[in-house]
Amino acid sequence: MTRYAMVIDTLTCVGCGDCVTACKTENQMPDGLTRDWVVETTTGEYPNLSTEFRSERCNHCSHATCVYVCPTGASHFWRDTNIVLVDSGKCTGCKACIAACPYDARLIMHPEGYVDKCTFCHHRVENGLDPACVSTCPTHCMHFGVLDDPAGKVSTLLRTRNYKTLLQETGNEPNVYYLT
Amino acid sequence: MTGCAAGVRRPGTGELTVSPTICDICFWKCAGIVYKDGGEPWKVVGNPNDLHSRGRLCTRGTAGLGAYLDPDRLKTPLLRVDNNGNQRFKPVSWDEALEFIAARLRKLASDHGPEKLALFSHGSGGGHFKHLLQAYGSRSFVAPSFAQCRGPREVAFKLTYGEGVGSPDRTDMEHSRCIVLIGSHIGENLHNSQVQTFAAALHKKAKLITVDPRFSVPAGKSDYWLPIKPGTDIALLLAWMHVLIQEDLYDRDYVTRYTHGFTELKEHVRKFTPEWAYPITAIPAARIRETARVMAANAPATLIHPGRHVAWYGDDTQRLRAVAILNALLGSWGRPGGYYQQEKVALPNYPIPEYPKITARVQDANRGKYPEAYAGVSTAVFDASIGPDALYKAWIVYGTNLPLTVPGVAGRLQEAADSLDLIVAIDIQPCEVTGYADVILPECTYLERYDTLRNAPERRPSLALRMPAFKPKYDSKPGWWIAKQLGKRLGLGDYFPWKDYTEVLEWQLKQVGSSLAEMKKTGVKVFPRTTPMYFTEGTDIEFNTPTGKIEIYSTQLAKLGFDPLPKYSAHQEPPPDYYRLNYGRAPAHTFGRTQNNKYLFEIMPENVIWVHPTVARKWDLENGRYVRLKNQDGVESNRIRIRVTERIRPDSVFMAHGFGHTAEGLRLASGRGADDAALITNIPHDPIMGASGMRANFVTFLEDEV
Repeated sequence: MTRYAMVIDTLTCVGCGDCVTACKTENQMPDGLTRDWVVETTTGEYPNLSTEFRSERCNHCSHATCVYVCPTGASHFWRDTNIVLVDSGKCTGCKACIAACPYDARLIMHPEGYVDKCTFCHHRVENGLDPACVSTCPTHCMHFGVLDDPAGKVSTLLRTRNYKTLLQETGNEPNVYYLT
Repeated sequence: MTGCAAGVRRPGTGELTVSPTICDICFWKCAGIVYKDGGEPWKVVGNPNDLHSRGRLCTRGTAGLGAYLDPDRLKTPLLRVDNNGNQRFKPVSWDEALEFIAARLRKLASDHGPEKLALFSHGSGGGHFKHLLQAYGSRSFVAPSFAQCRGPREVAFKLTYGEGVGSPDRTDMEHSRCIVLIGSHIGENLHNSQVQTFAAALHKKAKLITVDPRFSVPAGKSDYWLPIKPGTDIALLLAWMHVLIQEDLYDRDYVTRYTHGFTELKEHVRKFTPEWAYPITAIPAARIRETARVMAANAPATLIHPGRHVAWYGDDTQRLRAVAILNALLGSWGRPGGYYQQEKVALPNYPIPEYPKITARVQDANRGKYPEAYAGVSTAVFDASIGPDALYKAWIVYGTNLPLTVPGVAGRLQEAADSLDLIVAIDIQPCEVTGYADVILPECTYLERYDTLRNAPERRPSLALRMPAFKPKYDSKPGWWIAKQLGKRLGLGDYFPWKDYTEVLEWQLKQVGSSLAEMKKTGVKVFPRTTPMYFTEGTDIEFNTPTGKIEIYSTQLAKLGFDPLPKYSAHQEPPPDYYRLNYGRAPAHTFGRTQNNKYLFEIMPENVIWVHPTVARKWDLENGRYVRLKNQDGVESNRIRIRVTERIRPDSVFMAHGFGHTAEGLRLASGRGADDAALITNIPHDPIMGASGMRANFVTFLEDEV
């Protein structure tokens, strides 16, 4: 399996939401639905505070519980990668994947009756482009690449910086990393 | 394990067409590329060759299609008619609307003189109407970007360095090793290349010092957050100068070679110790010393950022003078990591007859006040439009939603409308100000029109083209066409000798060795620099000031009877049970212009009022619950949700600007959130240049009874 990873630097993210509008227009999302979102957390008490901004989406897990639970095979890994897609033709809208996702990242029911989610912009990735969110981020805090390439951008960042993933304990092996 | 990809939608698989544009969702004017997929609008992305966007549009620019797609747009010219005592707007043809305006303006010129016409404008299409005004015989154009925004900064830097900061700002942040932000929340304001160069500095571990009563986004990324007591910034700036001079940390060579009045400054700040500043600012003396030393250690690559919206307290030119002086002590003006020298293209104007010579100036509206106002002061023009001795009898309001933009005018717009013979509003959406117009003209959005070439000062000179990606929707028209039609009807056809604006663009581009065909392909053309970007070390420079030096001591202010060196004076404190109203930007919105954009509405449909937990406890305010705000003059706001957060001082509250629309035609935005501008009724004016001090207002909480 070729593993694609997204690495997001929380130290430079300003929480502007450009990743959200970029995804919405690139992927022609219906009104009211988004595949990514920004989380802000504040810790401490005035004046000793810290904030973190995080752009979140599907983690494209190496062990994607959503793929394993799908009764129709609609949820699947794309071309022997970790990019998890939903085949709208096979999806019955049963929402088993929504229940199985520890990240609440598949909460979208497309108006046409299927579960929708982040695709890591596979239509761009197959043309050698970064996902839309990564390519527009004005703080250049988002990075995308192949995790297995030791000289690549994302591997280098993870080797040289502190990072975390969300809900590591689930064993899903998420592939969205947050530099801290 | 190949999945069945046939069932996964892939956007952009139709026939793709692209065309260049310049974004108009804010004033940064980033060059972008519009994509159509199978003839349908798809997306707008940054032009990689553009220095403003560096290939990346911001949240708002990315959502630019929302302006084009907005079903609430103005669709046809509208004329105010009296229907048995009820005022309403009647859709009319362009001919009828234009002829109505031309008839009124012809009468205005013959009865009162053409200088009685004023133009409020904001945005890139305003140039077409400035041209119309000058051909008609008036120079009274005014933009809120001066007296309500960055005017004090421009005036202060001109007084000090002989030139302003300009727009885009000439800050060299990607080379800064230390950045000091004073009330500027970069990242929450998304001025594209500012954010990108700021982020570049963060990536390179530049020291960041943020002075803000709120734990702003950049405060959260700072090495030092100084939660200053609002209104006391000048005291902090003076104390920093004191430390730099007393500890001999300033750039002695730079100061000796380039500046005038250091001796006076040294004497002036002798008593402004950090210990003096502490009880005023609430910043401990040791912290003031430490941050001054960090600035000095990284100088001259230390940028004391000039901010942008700096019209705060009525002594703003003096505060920005202190910022300018601090930069001079650190030697950062003209040096890498400080302020670079900008260059633009020497682009000739299309040949037209000379404008009629007139003596009336927009500054006449200042009635002898504000001697350093080199541009029009919107509040003064507004005041001079009311009453029997009014200087103005007609307005064209281009893309400027006055009630949300110029505090203090909302309550008197009807009075102005009654006094004026004509108000023409030219806009893309039915906002608050259009409701006061006699005629409303629907302009098409930036995605549907040609406009003036962008020739903005930058690191390298460049031109950018805006061209239509789509045909104008409904019965909307480009600004250049509207101006030309009005000109023709006013007998000013000679000033508009082109049939189509592309003739102007073609002519101008030819003069600089390009062509419209080339620009349609590239969108942006970057030219080589012909001047150095920084000072040449060790050479003398003549500054455009009376002494030819950087004026630490301002000979011009001394001559005018103002303080030649900035002084701190205490500002009004909140009355008991009131909190200082601070306001600012949110990254998803531009002023009050984008709340009805469906993409941006989804990200931020309404603003919230930030309150500290102790304030919330005292007033029993629950996170997410609606309240109303009442200011010191009894003005009440629309309802607004509470945000309880540690990220703000307990003596002030904060809300994003631009919300609380009342225009019913804006179906998404109307009634959502509160309008800060309406709560700003105590407005001290800067005596030097007329800026509206907007942070002298205090609010308390009322139950929301709805």
